[in-house]
Amino acid sequence: MAQTAFAPWTDPDQKPIIEFRNVTKSFGDFTAIHDLSLNIYEREFFALLGPSGCGKTTMMRMLAGFETATSGHIFLSGKDIGHVPPNQRPVNMMFQSYALFPHLSIWDNIAFGLKRESKDKNFIGDRVEEMLRLTRLTKFAKRKPHQISGGQRQRVALARSLAKAPKLLLLDEPLGALDRKLREQTQFELMDIQEKTGTTFVIVTHDQEEAMTVASRIAVMDEGNLVQVATPAQIYEAPNSVYVADFIGDVNIIEGRATQPGEKTGIAWAEGQPPILATPTKSLQAGQAVHFAIRPEKVTIDVEKPDRPNTFRGKVIDIAYLGNISTYHVELAGGQMIKAQMVNARRLANRPITWEDEVWVGFTDTAGVVLEE
Amino acid sequence: MRRFSWFNTVSLTLGFAFLYLPMVLLVFYSFNESRLVTVWAGFSTKWYGELLRDEAFLDAAWVTVKVAVFSSTLATILGTMAAYVLVRAGRFHGRTLFSGMIYAPLVMPEVITGLSLLLLFIGINLDRGVFTIVLAHTTFSMCYVSVVVSSRLTTFDRSLEEAALDLGCSPFEAFRLVTLPIIAPAVISGWLLAFTLSLDDLVIASFTTGPSATTLPIKIFSAVRLGVSPQINALSTIMIAIVTVGVITASILSKRAAVAQRRDEQAAIRAE
Repeated sequence: MAQTAFAPWTDPDQKPIIEFRNVTKSFGDFTAIHDLSLNIYEREFFALLGPSGCGKTTMMRMLAGFETATSGHIFLSGKDIGHVPPNQRPVNMMFQSYALFPHLSIWDNIAFGLKRESKDKNFIGDRVEEMLRLTRLTKFAKRKPHQISGGQRQRVALARSLAKAPKLLLLDEPLGALDRKLREQTQFELMDIQEKTGTTFVIVTHDQEEAMTVASRIAVMDEGNLVQVATPAQIYEAPNSVYVADFIGDVNIIEGRATQPGEKTGIAWAEGQPPILATPTKSLQAGQAVHFAIRPEKVTIDVEKPDRPNTFRGKVIDIAYLGNISTYHVELAGGQMIKAQMVNARRLANRPITWEDEVWVGFTDTAGVVLEE
Repeated sequence: MRRFSWFNTVSLTLGFAFLYLPMVLLVFYSFNESRLVTVWAGFSTKWYGELLRDEAFLDAAWVTVKVAVFSSTLATILGTMAAYVLVRAGRFHGRTLFSGMIYAPLVMPEVITGLSLLLLFIGINLDRGVFTIVLAHTTFSMCYVSVVVSSRLTTFDRSLEEAALDLGCSPFEAFRLVTLPIIAPAVISGWLLAFTLSLDDLVIASFTTGPSATTLPIKIFSAVRLGVSPQINALSTIMIAIVTVGVITASILSKRAAVAQRRDEQAAIRAE
């Protein structure tokens, strides 16, 4: 079945559901959000990603109404919500600590928001049952939050925040308290629920893998600024800065200077070594300082010199064996380290390369990204 | 079971004898048949019966209970409000001064509190009676309530209130439907504390009362000046019982609340 890709951000006619317009937020002398503008579209699963203290939680709390912007405007469906209190916003939030009401049963927790706006017992009952089914909690309806497991509590928190069918659901590090296996499983459940309900989700996380898995777009943040807003694939394959390249996944960063710039450029990175051949996105000046970023899985490692645009001689210093893949730490001339990742298609015993071996690393001229200072 | 050495046994006996012997004697003699307090003449509960027929004592008991109920309720409301503001307002200019001023009456000599209140009531020309004792008791017991409640509030997870707001509660509804039920054990134990404090206060009550209102402690104190009677013993025994029940209930409630809180906290951390 032919399906057009979901990408409302590429369509200039689409109206964003959320619009941050030149929003600044300061706490005393500290500026948490710095003149930030951002559009989020309906049905998106949008991730705010960054290390702790980058301002992502502040963004979320401004959407929920717990913080007011110091300057600038936030629009929800075209309406300025700057001074609308949290209880009057069609926005619900799933808290990092889940914040389940300990004195109420699971059923009453989920019904809590519904009871605030509706007196219709049948409607509330039906809606709660629907939420319980959606999150597979029907048998636990009568229990108190402390009588269920962490994973179940997480689902109660989700059910409670979805019960009022908000236009926008905010998730603050929703899976932080779950162990790895459960977290992976829950990520897919979240995506499934998001698709079923058609709600716009905004998730705050410091876990890049989580953001990559669930999000339609990711905003990478650093110290109150948006560094890059793009799809997971773009963020990974075409980071716009060293910060993003380094924050998302594993990367080799090689510093150098542009030589003979053009459609292809050379990057001089060490004395007496051939320059790296790369494809810049913007035209560069000769001698300009650049960073060359390349993912380890795009670097090959061979005993014989391979036929590739870039090949360099090096020595294997370390091998990290992870079962499905191995990462080789190779020292190039001049002490530059580079990581190369190979899929272990063969059994371990057949592996031809080991410690201290002289090897060739190679990559194509489009495998890496040229980043300006 | 562990055995105590003779030294520990002696210390324990002496210590507890020192604390409780007078009260045991008082309780013991309240069941004395004889009118003479120090001569044992067999077991009887007749003094309790007599107590129930004594109008003056019943009046005093009624006044005491009225004062205790009203003042502890008022103190609980005010003390909880004060605690809520001090914990929630965060850092503001003069916060230390404010919290210090709320806790100061804890260490203020009762005589001074009583005297200053008396001067105030005279100054504003307020007739002294039940009403003035209620005001006075509220003044000194609200700081106890606010200590108990604020210690619970400092560990209260604020995101619970935010969740309530997020789900459509007004700030007052969030307090009534979420915060209050969760801190209820602390509020109730604060009320019980205020109640027992009011019940056995003599000094402040004597300063602030008038001829129309006599509380039990005042009544006992003035009766004893004419000689100890078994009736007084009986009355005191009842008061000991009430205060003991109050204090034990308060401590059980706060212990339970602490256990429940630990359980919730662990539940929040533990991920299964």
